[in-house]
Amino acid sequence: MEAAIFYLISATVIISALIVVSLENIARALFLFFVVLLGVAALYVFALADFVAIIQIMVYVGGVLILMLFAFMLSSKELLKSIEAKEDRFISVPKWSAVLMCSLLLAILLSNARELLIPTWVIESIKSKQVLSSTDNTIENIGYQFMTRYVFQFEFISIFLLAALIGATHIARKDKTL
Amino acid sequence: MIATTHFLVVSAFLFCIGMYAVLAKKNAIMVLIGIELMVNAAVINLVAFSKFDKINMEGQITALFAIVIAASTVAITLSLILRVYRYHKNIDPNKITELKEK
Repeated sequence: MEAAIFYLISATVIISALIVVSLENIARALFLFFVVLLGVAALYVFALADFVAIIQIMVYVGGVLILMLFAFMLSSKELLKSIEAKEDRFISVPKWSAVLMCSLLLAILLSNARELLIPTWVIESIKSKQVLSSTDNTIENIGYQFMTRYVFQFEFISIFLLAALIGATHIARKDKTL
Repeated sequence: MIATTHFLVVSAFLFCIGMYAVLAKKNAIMVLIGIELMVNAAVINLVAFSKFDKINMEGQITALFAIVIAASTVAITLSLILRVYRYHKNIDPNKITELKEK
């Protein structure tokens, strides 16, 4: 049952990602990108990372995609017009050189996945029963880790995020003088 | 319990699709979507291997940092795309070939 749901969600993610990159209309592609991101959040739940899944939904689906839609629809109407006027096709013609390169990379990755070299630390953690189980409370542990071991990185990234947001608003402002 | 290899296969597919978008699309916003797909594929790998690290959970914490950095990248890149559009009236990465102002 669990495996069936996992395969269903993976198929949804991969197929909708394929449609996203082959759609001609960008507004449609952005809305379909919602499905990809929500499906990836569901995959995080299957990997026993509930907190990362919640953050994925809050940051990506609630923040990044809304930002993309706003930048696309509000800030420049002529941008939407110039792109839509160009093509009437629904699906864009694929570029065969890029398709070839990506499928070759995929073949290399998948041929490695058939006989995966398992790292020694994974084998050791399986031996010493350190594998996460679905009943463990991960959020508490993540909170302790952020406040003790990773406290410098945590504070640094909050400053970084603030600087990035100020920089983004500064670059995107309307007036001509830089 | 899903085997780790299955997560790696899904992430390989997502990474290649994202790389196709970066290589082939003629619109900077679609290239940005491709980069986001690749970031998500990498984060799936981090989270899948974090299952074997119960005490430190380094994978999940790195995944959280990666998500935050990707969010700020999107904010900066979108404002840069708007700026480039105002100068060149075009966001096709193939056609923007000069750095100097008009």
